[in-house]
Amino acid sequence: MLVWSRSGRLVLWLLFALIFGVLFLAPLAVILLSSLSDQWNGVLPNGLTTEHYTDVIRGSAWNSVKASLITGFLASALALVSGTWAALSLRLQGHALKRLLGLLFFIPSAVPSVSVGLGLLVAFSHPPLLLNGTVAIVMIAHFVLISAFTFGNVSAGLARLSPDFEQVASSLGARPAYRLWHVTLPLLAPYLVAAFGLSFALSMGELGATVMVYPPGWVTLPVSIFSLTDRGDIFAGAALTMILVAATLVLLLGLERVTARATGS
Amino acid sequence: MSAAAFTGASVMDIDAAKIRGVGSNVHFDKVSVAYGAHVVLHPLTLDIAPGEILAMIGPSGSGKTTALRAVAGFVRPASGRIRIGATDVTDLPPYERGLGMVVQNYALFPHMRVEDNVAFGLRAQGADKALIGERVKDALATVGMATFARRYPRELSGGQQQRVAIARALAVRPRVLLLDEPLSALDAQIRRNMVEEIARLHRSLPGLTILYVTHDQTEALTLADKIAIMRDGRVCSHGPTTELYRRPPNRFTAEFLGRANLLPVTIAEGVGSKGFATARHGDVILTSAGRDEKAGDKSLLCIRPQHLSLTADSEHTNRIVGTLREVHWQGELTHLVLDVDGTPVRVSATKLPMALPEPGVKVPLYFAPADTSLLPEDAGV
Repeated sequence: MLVWSRSGRLVLWLLFALIFGVLFLAPLAVILLSSLSDQWNGVLPNGLTTEHYTDVIRGSAWNSVKASLITGFLASALALVSGTWAALSLRLQGHALKRLLGLLFFIPSAVPSVSVGLGLLVAFSHPPLLLNGTVAIVMIAHFVLISAFTFGNVSAGLARLSPDFEQVASSLGARPAYRLWHVTLPLLAPYLVAAFGLSFALSMGELGATVMVYPPGWVTLPVSIFSLTDRGDIFAGAALTMILVAATLVLLLGLERVTARATGS
Repeated sequence: MSAAAFTGASVMDIDAAKIRGVGSNVHFDKVSVAYGAHVVLHPLTLDIAPGEILAMIGPSGSGKTTALRAVAGFVRPASGRIRIGATDVTDLPPYERGLGMVVQNYALFPHMRVEDNVAFGLRAQGADKALIGERVKDALATVGMATFARRYPRELSGGQQQRVAIARALAVRPRVLLLDEPLSALDAQIRRNMVEEIARLHRSLPGLTILYVTHDQTEALTLADKIAIMRDGRVCSHGPTTELYRRPPNRFTAEFLGRANLLPVTIAEGVGSKGFATARHGDVILTSAGRDEKAGDKSLLCIRPQHLSLTADSEHTNRIVGTLREVHWQGELTHLVLDVDGTPVRVSATKLPMALPEPGVKVPLYFAPADTSLLPEDAGV
């Protein structure tokens, strides 16, 4: 414990509550209240209603939820496979090559997502790679943006994995594929689930690249929210935001339970 | 499980006969290992006979674990060949070498139950289901863990986990069992019990060849048929355990394998027909077991602390006098530190005179010629 006095701890707790409340809770609370507001002209809403939720669900909201969930799942799954593959492969390379390729993997996360979207749009607008206007280009955009995070998570998990497990498995006669399937991947499971969860959450909230490349009929939740708020329909945008938060939370909590069950914690 | 339960594991003897390791010899033929320009194992030539326990001991960075990992296939020799039995395994991947391996932190697979851990190697090799069941049962019975088959590793103590790790290695009936500091993570009491258990295990599996890497001389002395002492990537001595302890060939071996008092002496009369030489330490003439020393040679007379006595008898015919500096009582043993003409000399005694002399008093020490050996003074290898 860094602070021993009761008053010192109280001050720290108040400071934490202030930062957490202002930076994290207040924006979410405002969005929640907006989504339930009849009208909002003063400090607090004039009245509460669920009408905005009814409106967005009756409208195209469900299609957006579906588009976001499918995009998030597929892009995250693809990123998980390739990120895990890359992390496992790079582990076997020399230090210099490992560092260089590891850095290259992280470059897309340092580029503005709008630029990534623009780049994909230009790259895939001519035959033979004509993906402009397809769902695939949305998947690719999300994959490019989130794969660095899956790679980072899996690499961190591998770094913590004692080589003894795999070496003992090999000495007992396990061939590389058997060892990977029965030892390495199960031991990495918590990191794989965490990587998938993070990728999914990032994908669910991705706007910059998606807005550049999305085709008609594949409007993700963030794009719908942006459109609604851009048109001045703040309350409907807030309702859709809360649906996005709820969908993401449900999935992340589910993943957490799976991890807890798998690791016995 | 309590320490008492460890020592009382008579179940080890019951089914052990069913697990007969087909031991093979291991031959290092000028094996060297280097990381870039840094040589960690200089050309090593060494044999481990079938059914033998060879302990490799040495300080950290001496190359002992590298030698073990070369046998296991996790380190590729820069030169030389390794043979197990008649097979040259130098270019074989680890999973084709037919070994069992136990490491310091057990490395039990945490997502598998004890029985699945033990079955792992057999399943990986595609063994028949009935055979797997039988071997798992036998291996667990051998290490006294049959009743823990359904537990997960996290539900076991350190000692129990290490027993399961040994069972897992035995279940595949390895040609050679590699033990890499297997007891280092255990506390002192359990470690002592486990050393006895491994010794008992080997008595019940006499055909099993074991390469045992440790930095603990007690484990090596208790278990090994032969010991190889490593230093700076080289074997500085290798031989039968009792021989190395009683007649260490050099100063490093004498001081690393147990405690040793080394008195500088000059040979007065070379080794006679009975194998003894006489040597002069200052004005004192001492008799010592020797090898091929000649009159005038400078030597070190090696005498273990427990072989020095404060009382004379017909066997303890050598006498030196030292000034008592320190007394350390440790229950079973009392350690005395004396100064003999500028050389610190340690005495470990189980019995001491009722009236122990005070520090600063001159004390005579007696020892038997048969308990001594002579080392060349320049052999500080």
